[in-house]
Amino acid sequence: MPELVITVARFGFLILLWIFVFTVVGVIRRDLFAGARSGRLVAAPRTVGASTGQATAKPAKVKRGRAAHQLVVTAGQLAGTRITLGEAQITIGRAEDSTLVITDDYASARHARLVPRDGQWFVEDLGSTNGTYLDRAKVTGPTPVPLGVPIRIGRTSLELRP
Amino acid sequence: MTAPATPATSPATAGERPGVRLARSRRNAELSLLLLAMALVAAYGAMVEANVLDTVTPDFWVPAAALAAVFLGMHLVIRFLAPFADPALLPAVALLNGLGVGFLRRLDLANAAPADRAELAIFAGIGGRQLAWTLVSVMLAAGLLALMRDHRSISRYAYTLGLAGIVLVMLPAVLPASISEINGAKLWVRIGSFSIQPGEFAKLALLVFFAYYLVRKREVLSLASHRFLGIDFPRGRDLGPVLVVWVISLLVLVFEKDLGTSLLYFGMFVATVYIATERVSWLLIGLVLFFGGAYLAYFLGSTVGGPFLNFSVRADIWLDPFGDPYNKGYQLVQGLLALGTGGLFGAGPGGGQPLLLPEVQNDFIFAGIGEEIGLFGLSALLMIYLLIVQRGLRAALAVRDSFGKLLAGGLAFTLGLQVFVIVGGISKLIPLTGQTTPFLSAGGSSLMANWLLIAVLLRVSDAGRRPVTGVGGKVNRPSGGPPEQLHGAPTEVIRP
Repeated sequence: MPELVITVARFGFLILLWIFVFTVVGVIRRDLFAGARSGRLVAAPRTVGASTGQATAKPAKVKRGRAAHQLVVTAGQLAGTRITLGEAQITIGRAEDSTLVITDDYASARHARLVPRDGQWFVEDLGSTNGTYLDRAKVTGPTPVPLGVPIRIGRTSLELRP
Repeated sequence: MTAPATPATSPATAGERPGVRLARSRRNAELSLLLLAMALVAAYGAMVEANVLDTVTPDFWVPAAALAAVFLGMHLVIRFLAPFADPALLPAVALLNGLGVGFLRRLDLANAAPADRAELAIFAGIGGRQLAWTLVSVMLAAGLLALMRDHRSISRYAYTLGLAGIVLVMLPAVLPASISEINGAKLWVRIGSFSIQPGEFAKLALLVFFAYYLVRKREVLSLASHRFLGIDFPRGRDLGPVLVVWVISLLVLVFEKDLGTSLLYFGMFVATVYIATERVSWLLIGLVLFFGGAYLAYFLGSTVGGPFLNFSVRADIWLDPFGDPYNKGYQLVQGLLALGTGGLFGAGPGGGQPLLLPEVQNDFIFAGIGEEIGLFGLSALLMIYLLIVQRGLRAALAVRDSFGKLLAGGLAFTLGLQVFVIVGGISKLIPLTGQTTPFLSAGGSSLMANWLLIAVLLRVSDAGRRPVTGVGGKVNRPSGGPPEQLHGAPTEVIRP
């Protein structure tokens, strides 16, 4: 084997090794960004009523103000947790299969749920022991939740954010 | 539950659902990465032959092709059984495993008589045995993926696995040295010519138990505390399990004469406690306990001797390997010289002198490879380990149940810690201990255990990335409890 071929192959191998590393990073990076981008796209309540086209969606959106895209836990054990809202309901409680599992002594296993309807999210108490409060008012039936108004469950407090 | 007005879970048009974006399985990316990895392994084989034999034999590609067949089989298994699993895990592990086999085959070539070198059979020598072990391990991993359709199902066997783990850890310590001792460390169980390292499997079993236990206890561990110097410290009685694990790992250190394994078990536990509770105090307590214990063992070893002697000898070698370079410090000194000879770009695969290194097929494989691919190549290998660990932690973030989070986080951390312990050992950052380098070292136990670990990570990442209703996704359970919502939506923790 000529020396030159071996030297070229030696460095070629090392470069190929790093190309592999960067390709993996590329795949992962696209993966991460895909999650973030679709996190915004998934915000369905805005588009659910507008399956016919963008034109009809626009005025409705302006009238309604900004739609909620995230549910943020502002107080309690999980403070800082953020859930990107989709078109599926969100169940809150201590049960492991809840969407948002809160570890709060004053919460019931199935405490409350958030339901989207025509782009508006409604909070509904599921017969909890200690009740669900929207700001200071106790929630009795499905109640629309404005942006930035705290939903209080035990020591935990949640907010819808745009 | 009162008659609910079921919300709009059925969108107007499924085709334009933006959620479909999340549902990309990225299996094709995995396939192409895997092919690239196998091309690298084949190139490595060719260069080894060019350097050792001075010519490339026509069938240099056979080991790489055999490995490629095994890993492509695993890829197909993932495609069907865990379609949303992380695409980076399998190719990264496959590359490490392939390079390991390639390097061991290179050792066989160097060991063989010059006349026999050209026609070395594919399953001959330690390289061939490693190839066979790879086949077995990948099949085991595929079997685990098939058996464990939901990672939460193993939490049912948590106590059994915990007990099994402790038995496996303790087994080599209580067996007589003639069965369990190899090179001064009592880590083995030898039956005839066949030897297994039960500690490798104990790692996995114990971690399942830790995760399960901590899911149940996390509130007590994180809430009941008193504040001291601005850090929340746990109550005395909650320290119990940590102290038990500490004592066990110290016993391992003393009776199995192995610092690495004991550091691994203890670090694993402290990390899972930290992941479960988010209390920095646990890390502090863990570090203080470990360093205190290690110093105590060193102190006792240099004064009392007896069972502690081994550790103090190793610590002395670490502090001054060149004090006794031909005897006690020989292995470490040779490893350091090999890394130094390799320099920045290495001598080229097949161009080094790995046979000068004692245990180069095992503990010192990283130094042996380092001599031939240099710092430039070694840092690429370390990056690949880092990426595997990162994908594991990412899977832990993405999955929605606490057991899965703890399991994946703990497994990923354990893998990273093991790499740290051995690479730190051969590069003289910490006292050298006999750990295997995951996926590279020769040895069936280590390879099998690490492939099982990867199978669990694949399963957890599949659960974390799987959309609720999407392509290939399982349909919600028809009745009984609310459906699992939002598997596809990412939860992220933001700190204000």
